[in-house]
Amino acid sequence: MRLQLNDMARLLYFSWVREKIGTPAEEIPLPADVVTVTRLLDFLRACTPRHAEALAHPTLRVAVNQTHARADDPVSDQDEIAIFPPVSGG
Amino acid sequence: MVHLTAKVFVLGAGGLGAPVALFLAQAGIRHLVIADSDQVELSNLHRQIVHTTSGLGQPKAISARHTLTRLQPGISITAWTERITEQNIHTALSGCDLVVDGSDNFASRHLVNRACLSLGLPLISGAVLGWEGQVATFYHGVNAQAPCYRCLHPEITDSCVATSLPTCASAGVAGPAAGMIGALQAMAAMRVLTGQPMDPTLFLVNLHDQLFLRITIPKDPACPVCGPQP
Ligand SMILES: [Zn+2]
Repeated sequence: MRLQLNDMARLLYFSWVREKIGTPAEEIPLPADVVTVTRLLDFLRACTPRHAEALAHPTLRVAVNQTHARADDPVSDQDEIAIFPPVSGG
Repeated sequence: MVHLTAKVFVLGAGGLGAPVALFLAQAGIRHLVIADSDQVELSNLHRQIVHTTSGLGQPKAISARHTLTRLQPGISITAWTERITEQNIHTALSGCDLVVDGSDNFASRHLVNRACLSLGLPLISGAVLGWEGQVATFYHGVNAQAPCYRCLHPEITDSCVATSLPTCASAGVAGPAAGMIGALQAMAAMRVLTGQPMDPTLFLVNLHDQLFLRITIPKDPACPVCGPQP
Protein backbone atom coordinates (compact mmCIF):
# COMPACT_ATOMS: atom_id res chain seq x y z
CA MET A 1 0.00 0.00 0.00
CA ARG A 2 1.36 3.39 -0.98
CA LEU A 3 1.69 6.00 1.73
CA GLN A 4 -0.16 9.02 0.41
CA LEU A 5 1.88 11.83 1.83
CA ASN A 6 0.07 14.36 -0.30
CA ASP A 7 -3.31 13.78 1.26
CA MET A 8 -2.65 15.96 4.25
CA ALA A 9 -3.89 19.47 4.79
CA ARG A 10 -1.08 21.86 5.64
CA LEU A 11 -2.05 24.02 8.61
CA LEU A 12 -0.29 27.30 9.39
CA TYR A 13 -0.85 29.09 12.69
CA PHE A 14 -0.03 32.69 13.48
CA SER A 15 0.31 34.88 16.55
CA TRP A 16 -1.17 33.57 19.81
CA VAL A 17 -2.85 30.68 17.95
CA ARG A 18 0.66 29.48 17.08
CA GLU A 19 1.83 30.01 20.65
CA LYS A 20 -1.07 28.08 22.17
CA ILE A 21 -0.81 25.15 19.73
CA GLY A 22 2.97 25.15 20.04
CA THR A 23 3.96 24.94 16.38
CA PRO A 24 3.79 27.30 13.38
CA ALA A 25 2.84 24.53 10.94
CA GLU A 26 1.65 20.94 10.83
CA GLU A 27 0.23 18.49 8.33
CA ILE A 28 -2.97 16.69 9.25
CA PRO A 29 -5.07 14.12 7.35
CA LEU A 30 -8.67 15.32 7.21
CA PRO A 31 -11.70 13.05 7.65
CA ALA A 32 -13.96 12.91 4.61
CA ASP A 33 -16.68 15.00 6.25
CA VAL A 34 -14.36 17.96 6.88
CA VAL A 35 -15.35 19.96 3.82
CA THR A 36 -15.82 23.53 5.05
CA VAL A 37 -13.92 26.04 7.16
CA THR A 38 -16.42 25.58 10.00
CA ARG A 39 -16.09 21.79 9.90
CA LEU A 40 -12.32 22.11 9.84
CA LEU A 41 -12.25 24.32 12.94
CA ASP A 42 -14.58 21.90 14.77
CA PHE A 43 -12.36 18.97 13.77
CA LEU A 44 -9.15 20.73 14.86
CA ARG A 45 -10.66 21.75 18.21
CA ALA A 46 -11.28 18.06 18.92
CA CYS A 47 -7.67 17.09 18.11
CA THR A 48 -5.94 18.06 21.37
CA PRO A 49 -6.68 20.29 24.38
CA ARG A 50 -4.10 22.75 23.02
CA HIS A 51 -6.00 23.01 19.73
CA ALA A 52 -9.26 23.33 21.62
CA GLU A 53 -7.98 26.27 23.65
CA ALA A 54 -6.16 27.94 20.76
CA LEU A 55 -9.14 27.74 18.41
CA ALA A 56 -11.91 28.62 20.87
CA HIS A 57 -12.13 32.31 20.05
CA PRO A 58 -14.95 33.10 17.60
CA THR A 59 -13.11 35.90 15.79
CA LEU A 60 -10.34 33.76 14.26
CA ARG A 61 -9.66 34.35 10.58
CA VAL A 62 -8.92 31.58 8.07
CA ALA A 63 -7.18 31.71 4.70
CA VAL A 64 -7.42 28.76 2.30
CA ASN A 65 -4.64 28.61 -0.29
CA GLN A 66 -3.60 32.18 0.52
CA THR A 67 -7.09 33.65 0.16
CA HIS A 68 -9.23 34.90 3.05
CA ALA A 69 -12.08 32.41 3.49
CA ARG A 70 -15.45 32.46 5.25
CA ALA A 71 -17.20 29.86 7.39
CA ASP A 72 -18.92 28.02 4.54
CA ASP A 73 -16.02 28.07 2.09
CA PRO A 74 -14.69 24.65 1.04
CA VAL A 75 -11.51 23.02 2.35
CA SER A 76 -9.82 19.76 1.41
CA ASP A 77 -6.73 17.78 2.31
CA GLN A 78 -5.00 19.32 -0.71
CA ASP A 79 -5.14 22.80 0.79
CA GLU A 80 -2.84 25.08 2.72
CA ILE A 81 -4.94 26.59 5.49
CA ALA A 82 -3.73 29.50 7.63
CA ILE A 83 -5.43 30.42 10.90
CA PHE A 84 -4.75 33.80 12.46
CA PRO A 85 -6.41 36.12 14.97
CA PRO A 86 -7.23 39.78 14.51
CA VAL A 87 -4.47 41.71 16.27
CA SER A 88 -4.84 45.28 17.50
CA GLY A 89 -1.45 46.08 19.00
CA GLY A 90 0.41 49.17 17.92
CA MET B 1 10.48 60.28 -6.25
CA VAL B 2 8.08 60.22 -3.33
CA HIS B 3 5.22 62.70 -3.48
CA LEU B 4 6.84 65.02 -0.94
CA THR B 5 3.99 67.49 -0.67
CA ALA B 6 1.68 64.76 0.62
CA LYS B 7 0.23 65.07 4.09
CA VAL B 8 0.24 61.75 5.90
CA PHE B 9 -1.87 60.97 8.95
CA VAL B 10 -0.16 58.59 11.39
CA LEU B 11 -2.59 57.15 13.93
CA GLY B 12 -0.66 56.18 17.03
CA ALA B 13 2.87 57.23 17.99
CA GLY B 14 3.64 53.85 19.52
CA GLY B 15 5.56 50.83 18.32
CA LEU B 16 4.32 51.21 14.73
CA GLY B 17 3.76 54.95 14.45
CA ALA B 18 7.30 55.60 15.70
CA PRO B 19 9.17 53.85 12.86
CA VAL B 20 6.54 54.94 10.32
CA ALA B 21 7.01 58.60 11.26
CA LEU B 22 10.81 58.32 11.39
CA PHE B 23 11.08 56.68 7.98
CA LEU B 24 8.57 59.01 6.30
CA ALA B 25 10.17 62.11 7.81
CA GLN B 26 13.63 61.00 6.73
CA ALA B 27 12.28 60.13 3.26
CA GLY B 28 11.38 63.78 2.91
CA ILE B 29 7.66 63.82 3.61
CA ARG B 30 7.11 67.41 4.72
CA HIS B 31 3.81 67.19 6.57
CA LEU B 32 2.77 64.58 9.08
CA VAL B 33 -0.19 64.57 11.42
CA ILE B 34 0.61 62.39 14.42
CA ALA B 35 -2.30 61.42 16.64
CA ASP B 36 -1.88 59.79 20.03
CA SER B 37 -3.60 60.59 23.32
CA ASP B 38 -1.17 58.65 25.55
CA GLN B 39 1.95 59.76 27.40
CA VAL B 40 5.43 58.34 26.99
CA GLU B 41 6.30 55.70 29.59
CA LEU B 42 9.61 54.02 30.30
CA SER B 43 8.18 50.62 29.33
CA ASN B 44 7.42 51.99 25.82
CA LEU B 45 10.92 52.95 24.82
CA HIS B 46 12.24 49.57 23.65
CA ARG B 47 9.85 49.63 20.70
CA GLN B 48 8.54 53.20 20.42
CA ILE B 49 11.85 54.41 19.05
CA VAL B 50 10.85 57.98 18.26
CA HIS B 51 10.69 58.75 22.00
CA THR B 52 13.56 59.31 24.41
CA THR B 53 13.94 59.39 28.18
CA SER B 54 13.68 63.18 28.06
CA GLY B 55 10.12 62.76 26.75
CA LEU B 56 8.88 60.62 29.62
CA GLY B 57 5.48 61.79 30.78
CA GLN B 58 4.93 63.97 27.69
CA PRO B 59 2.12 63.33 25.24
CA LYS B 60 3.49 60.91 22.65
CA ALA B 61 2.47 63.15 19.73
CA ILE B 62 4.48 66.04 21.23
CA SER B 63 7.47 63.83 22.03
CA ALA B 64 7.43 62.44 18.48
CA ARG B 65 7.26 65.96 17.02
CA HIS B 66 10.27 66.96 19.13
CA THR B 67 12.43 64.12 17.80
CA LEU B 68 11.26 64.48 14.19
CA THR B 69 11.84 68.23 14.02
CA ARG B 70 15.39 67.71 15.33
CA LEU B 71 15.99 65.20 12.52
CA GLN B 72 14.25 67.29 9.84
CA PRO B 73 14.07 70.97 10.87
CA GLY B 74 11.93 71.86 7.84
CA ILE B 75 9.20 69.34 8.58
CA SER B 76 5.71 70.35 9.64
CA ILE B 77 4.25 68.07 12.30
CA THR B 78 0.73 68.49 13.59
CA ALA B 79 0.62 66.83 17.02
CA TRP B 80 -2.94 65.68 17.77
CA THR B 81 -3.12 64.78 21.46
CA GLU B 82 -6.87 64.29 21.85
CA ARG B 83 -8.33 60.83 21.55
CA ILE B 84 -9.63 60.28 18.00
CA THR B 85 -13.40 59.85 18.08
CA GLU B 86 -16.36 59.66 15.70
CA GLN B 87 -16.85 63.39 16.41
CA ASN B 88 -13.34 64.69 15.66
CA ILE B 89 -11.88 62.24 13.14
CA HIS B 90 -13.01 64.17 10.05
CA THR B 91 -11.39 67.34 11.39
CA ALA B 92 -8.24 65.44 12.32
CA LEU B 93 -7.98 63.91 8.82
CA SER B 94 -8.78 67.09 6.89
CA GLY B 95 -6.25 67.79 4.15
CA CYS B 96 -4.54 64.43 4.54
CA ASP B 97 -3.74 62.24 1.53
CA LEU B 98 -3.10 58.93 3.27
CA VAL B 99 -3.75 57.26 6.64
CA VAL B 100 -1.24 54.94 8.31
CA ASP B 101 -2.91 53.11 11.18
CA GLY B 102 -0.70 51.95 14.02
CA SER B 103 -3.31 52.32 16.76
CA ASP B 104 -3.56 49.99 19.73
CA ASN B 105 -7.25 49.04 19.81
CA PHE B 106 -9.95 47.63 17.55
CA ALA B 107 -12.38 50.53 18.04
CA SER B 108 -9.88 53.00 16.53
CA ARG B 109 -9.11 50.61 13.69
CA HIS B 110 -12.75 50.32 12.67
CA LEU B 111 -13.30 54.05 13.18
CA VAL B 112 -10.46 55.05 10.86
CA ASN B 113 -11.56 52.40 8.33
CA ARG B 114 -15.01 54.03 8.14
CA ALA B 115 -13.52 57.53 7.92
CA CYS B 116 -11.23 56.51 5.03
CA LEU B 117 -14.31 55.40 3.09
CA SER B 118 -16.19 58.66 3.61
CA LEU B 119 -13.12 60.84 2.96
CA GLY B 120 -11.78 58.83 0.00
CA LEU B 121 -8.41 58.04 1.57
CA PRO B 122 -6.15 54.99 1.22
CA LEU B 123 -5.43 53.19 4.50
CA ILE B 124 -2.31 51.29 5.48
CA SER B 125 -3.13 49.15 8.47
CA GLY B 126 -0.51 47.51 10.69
CA ALA B 127 -0.74 45.56 13.92
CA VAL B 128 1.83 43.84 16.12
CA LEU B 129 1.77 41.52 19.11
CA GLY B 130 4.53 39.48 20.67
CA TRP B 131 6.81 38.16 17.90
CA GLU B 132 4.38 38.75 15.03
CA GLY B 133 2.54 41.33 13.03
CA GLN B 134 0.18 41.98 10.13
CA VAL B 135 0.12 44.63 7.38
CA ALA B 136 -2.54 45.43 4.79
CA THR B 137 -3.32 48.32 2.43
CA PHE B 138 -6.98 49.15 1.87
CA TYR B 139 -8.23 51.21 -1.10
CA HIS B 140 -11.95 51.13 -0.33
CA GLY B 141 -11.96 54.92 -0.06
CA VAL B 142 -10.54 55.23 -3.58
CA ASN B 143 -11.89 52.19 -5.42
CA ALA B 144 -15.40 50.82 -4.89
CA GLN B 145 -14.23 47.33 -5.90
CA ALA B 146 -11.57 47.21 -3.17
CA PRO B 147 -12.09 45.49 0.19
CA CYS B 148 -11.83 47.30 3.52
CA TYR B 149 -10.59 46.42 7.03
CA ARG B 150 -14.12 45.35 7.98
CA CYS B 151 -14.22 42.89 5.04
CA LEU B 152 -11.40 41.08 6.85
CA HIS B 153 -12.07 41.61 10.54
CA PRO B 154 -15.40 41.54 12.38
CA GLU B 155 -16.24 44.26 14.89
CA ILE B 156 -14.75 43.29 18.22
CA THR B 157 -15.45 45.31 21.32
CA ASP B 158 -12.25 46.06 23.15
CA SER B 159 -13.81 45.09 26.46
CA CYS B 160 -14.36 41.61 25.02
CA VAL B 161 -10.73 41.63 23.90
CA ALA B 162 -9.51 42.71 27.30
CA THR B 163 -11.07 39.70 28.93
CA SER B 164 -10.28 37.05 26.33
CA LEU B 165 -7.49 38.03 23.96
CA PRO B 166 -3.81 38.80 24.55
CA THR B 167 -2.88 42.49 24.13
CA CYS B 168 0.38 44.44 24.02
CA ALA B 169 0.01 45.10 27.73
CA SER B 170 -0.57 41.45 28.60
CA ALA B 171 1.65 39.73 26.03
CA GLY B 172 4.32 42.34 25.24
CA VAL B 173 5.76 43.32 21.85
CA ALA B 174 9.29 42.62 20.63
CA GLY B 175 10.85 45.94 19.56
CA PRO B 176 12.22 44.63 16.25
CA ALA B 177 8.81 43.13 15.38
CA ALA B 178 7.20 46.56 15.76
CA GLY B 179 10.09 48.04 13.79
CA MET B 180 9.63 45.61 10.94
CA ILE B 181 5.88 46.06 10.69
CA GLY B 182 6.34 49.84 10.86
CA ALA B 183 8.98 49.63 8.12
CA LEU B 184 6.57 47.62 5.94
CA GLN B 185 3.90 50.26 6.52
CA ALA B 186 6.33 53.04 5.61
CA MET B 187 7.27 51.18 2.41
CA ALA B 188 3.59 50.74 1.55
CA ALA B 189 3.10 54.47 2.16
CA MET B 190 5.94 55.28 -0.23
CA ARG B 191 4.35 53.02 -2.83
CA VAL B 192 0.94 54.62 -2.45
CA LEU B 193 2.46 58.11 -2.55
CA THR B 194 4.27 57.31 -5.80
CA GLY B 195 1.00 56.33 -7.42
CA GLN B 196 1.61 52.59 -7.39
CA PRO B 197 -1.46 50.90 -5.92
CA MET B 198 -0.97 47.85 -3.70
CA ASP B 199 -2.97 44.65 -4.19
CA PRO B 200 -5.58 43.99 -1.50
CA THR B 201 -3.49 41.58 0.52
CA LEU B 202 -2.73 40.88 4.14
CA PHE B 203 0.89 40.11 4.94
CA LEU B 204 1.28 37.87 7.98
CA VAL B 205 4.71 38.13 9.57
CA ASN B 206 5.91 35.52 12.08
CA LEU B 207 9.33 36.67 13.26
CA HIS B 208 9.59 33.87 15.82
CA ASP B 209 9.98 31.27 13.05
CA GLN B 210 10.73 33.65 10.16
CA LEU B 211 7.58 32.53 8.36
CA PHE B 212 5.71 34.94 6.13
CA LEU B 213 2.41 34.53 4.32
CA ARG B 214 0.70 36.89 1.92
CA ILE B 215 -3.03 36.32 1.50
CA THR B 216 -5.56 37.88 -0.86
CA ILE B 217 -8.47 39.71 0.75
CA PRO B 218 -11.64 39.42 -1.34
CA LYS B 219 -14.24 42.15 -0.92
CA ASP B 220 -17.08 40.99 1.34
CA PRO B 221 -20.29 41.63 -0.66
CA ALA B 222 -22.17 41.86 2.65
CA CYS B 223 -19.66 44.19 4.34
CA PRO B 224 -21.58 46.66 6.55
CA VAL B 225 -18.94 49.35 5.84
CA CYS B 226 -18.02 49.16 2.14
CA GLY B 227 -20.78 46.88 0.80
CA PRO B 228 -23.98 48.11 -0.86
CA GLN B 229 -26.00 50.11 1.67
CA PRO B 230 -29.59 48.92 2.31
ZN1 LIG C 1 -15.59 46.19 3.63
